[in-house]
Amino acid sequence: MKLTLRVWRQKNADAEGAMSTYQVDGISPDMSFLEMLDTLNEELILKGEEPVAFDHDCREGICGACSLVINGDAHGPERTTTCQLHMRSFKDGDTIDIEPWRAAAFPVIKDLVVDRSAFDRIIQAGGYISVPTGSAPDAHATPVPKPDADFAFEHAECIGCGACVAACPNGAAMLFTSAKVNHLNVLPQGAPERETRVLDMVAQMDEEGFGGCTLAGECATACPKGIPLTSITGMNKEWLRATRKAAKK
Amino acid sequence: MTSYTDYTTGAPVADTKAPDGPVHERWDKRRFEAKLVNPANRRKHTVIVVGTGLAGGSAGATLAEQGYHVVQFCYTDSPRRAHSIAAQGGINAAKNYRNDGDSVHRLFYDTVKGGDFRARESNVHRLAQISVEIIDQCVAQGVPFAREYGGLLDTRSFGGVQVSRTFYARGQTGQQLLLGAYQALSRQIAAGNVEMHPRTEMLDLIVVDGRARGIVARDLITGKIDTYFADAVVLATGGYGNVFYLSTNAMNSNATAVWRAHRRGAYFANPCFTQIHPTCIPRTGDHQSKLTLMSESLRNDGRIWVPKAKGDDRPPNRIPEDERDYYLERIYPSFGNLVPRDIASRAAKNVCDEGRGVGPGGQGVYLDFADAIRRMGRKAVEAKYGNLFDMYQRITDEDPYEVPMRIYPAVHYTMGGLWVDYDLQTTVPGLFAVGEANFSDHGANRLGASALMQGLADGYFVLPATINDYLARNPRQGEVTPDHPVVQEVLAETEDRLNLLLSVDGDRTPDSFHRELGELMWEFCGMARSDAGLRKALERIPQIREEFWRRIRVPGTGEEFNQSLEKANRIVDYLELAELMCLDALHRSESCGGHFREESQTPDGEAARKDEEFAYAAAWEFTGTGTAPVLHKEDLVFEYVHPTQRSYA
Amino acid sequence: MARTVWDSTVGKKTVMAVSGLIMLLYLVAHMIGNLKIFFGADEFNHYAHWLRTVGEPLMHYEWTLWVIRVVLVVAVVAHAVSAYQLSRRDIRARPSKYVHKKPRASYATRTMRWGGIILGLFIVWHILDLTTGTVHSGGFEAGKPYQNVVDTFSTWYGNAIYIVAMLAVGLHIRHGFWSAAQTLGVGSRTRDRALKAVANVLALLLTAGFLAVPVGVMTGVVS
Repeated sequence: MKLTLRVWRQKNADAEGAMSTYQVDGISPDMSFLEMLDTLNEELILKGEEPVAFDHDCREGICGACSLVINGDAHGPERTTTCQLHMRSFKDGDTIDIEPWRAAAFPVIKDLVVDRSAFDRIIQAGGYISVPTGSAPDAHATPVPKPDADFAFEHAECIGCGACVAACPNGAAMLFTSAKVNHLNVLPQGAPERETRVLDMVAQMDEEGFGGCTLAGECATACPKGIPLTSITGMNKEWLRATRKAAKK
Repeated sequence: MTSYTDYTTGAPVADTKAPDGPVHERWDKRRFEAKLVNPANRRKHTVIVVGTGLAGGSAGATLAEQGYHVVQFCYTDSPRRAHSIAAQGGINAAKNYRNDGDSVHRLFYDTVKGGDFRARESNVHRLAQISVEIIDQCVAQGVPFAREYGGLLDTRSFGGVQVSRTFYARGQTGQQLLLGAYQALSRQIAAGNVEMHPRTEMLDLIVVDGRARGIVARDLITGKIDTYFADAVVLATGGYGNVFYLSTNAMNSNATAVWRAHRRGAYFANPCFTQIHPTCIPRTGDHQSKLTLMSESLRNDGRIWVPKAKGDDRPPNRIPEDERDYYLERIYPSFGNLVPRDIASRAAKNVCDEGRGVGPGGQGVYLDFADAIRRMGRKAVEAKYGNLFDMYQRITDEDPYEVPMRIYPAVHYTMGGLWVDYDLQTTVPGLFAVGEANFSDHGANRLGASALMQGLADGYFVLPATINDYLARNPRQGEVTPDHPVVQEVLAETEDRLNLLLSVDGDRTPDSFHRELGELMWEFCGMARSDAGLRKALERIPQIREEFWRRIRVPGTGEEFNQSLEKANRIVDYLELAELMCLDALHRSESCGGHFREESQTPDGEAARKDEEFAYAAAWEFTGTGTAPVLHKEDLVFEYVHPTQRSYA
Repeated sequence: MARTVWDSTVGKKTVMAVSGLIMLLYLVAHMIGNLKIFFGADEFNHYAHWLRTVGEPLMHYEWTLWVIRVVLVVAVVAHAVSAYQLSRRDIRARPSKYVHKKPRASYATRTMRWGGIILGLFIVWHILDLTTGTVHSGGFEAGKPYQNVVDTFSTWYGNAIYIVAMLAVGLHIRHGFWSAAQTLGVGSRTRDRALKAVANVLALLLTAGFLAVPVGVMTGVVS
C-alpha cells in the first residue's frame, strides 16, 4: 500500500505546530498503525529528518499510552486503541490525517505526544480505597454480588488513554472520572469513602480545566474499552447523593 | 587480551539472610530478627524506587504508608502504564477456597518443581505463604476479581498444576492488580509521601563508599539529566526480554537500570533463564515490532494440534480428526494441554522443526476451540475468553470461533535478573531489586500466574519488611551532594555516553541494530541452545557492538524529547547484556526449564538436568565491557522438594 | 451546598436540568392552553382570563400568574447563566480544533447552544408581541388574546419567527429531556430507550401542538 500522511508536527510545548505531509510506500495491510509509523520514522532518520514523536508502549491495547487522532477520530476508525488498529482498515492511496489529542488539559509536549498528568491527579484526589498494606480482612469476608462485581469490572477496564477527552467537543473528562467512581463506589469495600471520593474527584476534574458534559456521547463512542455513557449518569447520581448527604451534616 | 568466554570462577556467594530451621518458620523468624526503624525516624529516610509496575508500585505505596519518604520514577507518562498491566491470565494463591487439595506447601512444591529445581527453597516458600495475603489485600483495594453467583471469588487452573488456584479478572488480571497498586500509590502521592517523577528514566546508579546512594536519571521531556539521592535504592524495573527485539514486553521495557546496577557491582544471576511463552500470535512479517501473547488460560479449553503429515496445507477445518496430532495430549496424557510453558513451547518448536507447522512460514500450531464450543456452547466460550478472541481477530483478521487460532512461542519473561539475598538486597549494599528485575523465585521456568504473585509479594510484603533492617543497621551516613566526586563522575559518564550516541551520525537506525541483535539472540539463545551456536553469537555480538558505535545515527539533541536517543541508549546496554546471556547459556551445559541445551536431553527429547554439576545459581560479576566476567556460584540446597526429573506425562 | 453545586460543572448541569424541566412542564401546560384556540374566540379568551383568576379566592387577581412568571424568570435566568458559563468553560477546554473535521454527535446535541440562543431571543419577542403588545403587528388589545394571536400569524415574519422557534424547541427538548435525566442520575442502560422515546414524543407533541396554531391561522381554520 502507498499512503499519504498528514502529520501534526510541533517541536515542543511552546512552539507553533503545523501539519506536514509525508509519503509512505510498501505498507502491508497486516501492519499495525504504529508499525506503519515506525516505517515512516526509519525513513525519516535515514533521510536526516526528525522522526515523529508519539506515545506507545505495550502495543497490545492495555497500557493506554498510544493516543492518536486519525482522520478526526480518537484511535481511528475502529473501536480499539491506535496500537491495535491495523492498516487493513485503510485503502491503498488513502490520505490519512494524524493529530494529537486536543484539549486544554492535555497540552502537547511534542508532535503527537501530550501531557495527560491531569488524569493522575484526578485519581490522586480520591480514586482509591484507603487500605494500608496488611490491614485487609480475608478476601471472602465480604461477598460481592456477581452483578456488582461485573459492574465494577466493566468500569475498571478504563485504560486512562484519554480518548474520551480527545473526542469530546468540550474536552471533558467525565467518562474517565465516572469510570473510576463507578468502579469503586459500587463495591462494599469502597463504600466508606463513597461520598468524598466522588466530590473530590469531580472537583479535581474541574480544577484541571476540563470542560463540562453536554452528553454528546462522543466519549463513549471513542472509548476503546467500551465504557458506556451511562457511566456518567451513574456518577451524576453519586455526586447528587453525596452533595445531599454533605448538606445534611 | 583474554577472550570474553574465559570467565573465571570467584568465591561462592551465599544468601546470609535466610534463617535456618523449618522452611515454614523462616519468614516469621526473619521478620522478627530484622531490626526496625522507629516510626518517627522513618520520614528522615529517603528511599528511591525505580519503576511503578506491580512490584514498584506496591513497594512505593507500602513504604510511604510506613512513613518513609519515597522518591519514585517511571519512564511512562503515568505510573499506571507499567507493563505489568498487560498480564492477562491471573494470580496464584494457596487459598484452597475450592477445597481441592491446595495448600501453601503444594504451591511451594509446584513452584520449585515448575522452576526445574533452580530456585531457592526459602524464597519460594515465603512466596507461597504470602500469596494468601495478596488476594486479601487486593480485594480490599477494590480489585474486581471474577466472582461466582454466591458472591465469592472464582478461580481457574493454569499450566503445571492440578489445582484451581488462579484468581483472575477476565483476561485483564494484571491491569486490575496494577491499577490497585497504582491507586494505593496515588493515595500516597496525594498525601505528599511519594514524590513521583513520571517520564523520567534511570540511566545509572550512584554508589558512594560501597553503598547505593542514588541514581542518575533523565527527564524525558526536557532531556535534563539529574541526580537523586537516597538512603536506599529499589529497582523494580522489570525484565530484559526486549534483548530479543521481538517479545511480549512493552516497546520501552528495557534493561538499562539493572544493567547499569550490574556494572556498578551488583551481580547478575542466571541471565540465560528466559521464558518462551507457548501461546503467542505468530509474526506476520519483517515490520513486526512486538509479539502479542494470548493468555495461557486458553489452554484450559483450547486443544493444541498440528497435521500428522508434513507440509499439509489444507485449511484446518478440512483436516479430518484422525489426521490431526494433538501432540501435547499424546505425549503428556496427565497434564495434556496444561503442561508448563517451557515444555509446551519446546514441543511446538519440535513439531514445526519437523515441518508440520502451520500458517505462513510453517511457524505456528493450532489452538482449537471447536470442541470447547461444542461442549460449552459459544456463549460460554465468549463469556470466558471473549476479549482474547476479539484481540486475536483484530490482529490476525481471522475469526477464532470459526477457524482455530494459530499460535507460536515468543519471549515473554526473564527468570534471571539481579542476584538478591532473602532480603531482596543485591550485592551492592542498599540496592534492592524486586519483581522481575531480580532472579529470586522462579528458577529456570516460571509457572503461569506466578509473576503477578511474586511482584506483589515483593512489593507489598517482603521489601517493606526487610528494608527496615538495612536502614536500621545503617543509620543515615551523611548527605551525598551533587558535587561529590563520585556523583560528578557518574553524571559525566552518562552525559558522555549520550553525547557520543548523538555525535556518531552514522547511517543505521537504532531499530536496525536492535532487530539484528534480537534475531541473533532468538536464533542462538532462544528456545534451543547449543555450544556451537552460542559461540557463534558470542563472536558476533562484539562485532555488532563495534559497528553500532561506528554507524549509529541518532537525530536531534539530548536537550529535548528524543525517543531515538532513548532507544539507542537502551540498545547500548542490550549489546552488553546479550553477551552475558550467551555466556551464561554456554557455561550451563545442562538443560533445565526454559534453558534447553541440545547437548543435554533425554532420549525422548526432554530437558536433562545435571544436578551434580549445576545445582547452583550463577551470579556474574562485571569486570568491563567485553571482558570476561567472574562467576560466583550460589549452591542450591533442596531440603523439602527433592530434585527429580520433572514428569508431566 | 449551594456553593458546591454552583461551583461544580456537574452542579451547574443539575441547575440546568432542574430549570429545564420546570420550563418543560410549563410548555406542556402552555401548549394545551394554546389548543383551545381551535374552539373559538370565546373559549380561548375565557381561558386566558381564567389564568389570571386561578387560585381565587385564596389568591388575588393575577397573583398565581405572577408566581408562575417569577418561577419561570428564575428558571430561564438560571438555565441561561449556567449554559453561558458552562459553554465558555467548554470552549476554553478545547482551544484548538482538529484539522480533520468530522460531523459530530446528533443534530440536536450540536444545536443546543444555538437553539438556546434562538429560544432566548424568541421568548423576548414573544412577550413583547403577545403579552405586552409592544411589537405587536396589529392593534394589540389586552384581554383579546384570540384576535392578537390571529394578528401575529397573519404576518409572514410572525409565522417565520414562530415556526423556526418551535422547531428549535423540539430539538432542544429532544436532547435536553434525555440529557436532564442523565444529569439527575435517573438514566440507566435499561431505561435508556424509554427515556429517549419519551424525549422524542415530548419534542414531537410540543412542536406539533405549538405549530398547530399558526398553521390553523394560515389555513383559515382559525380566523
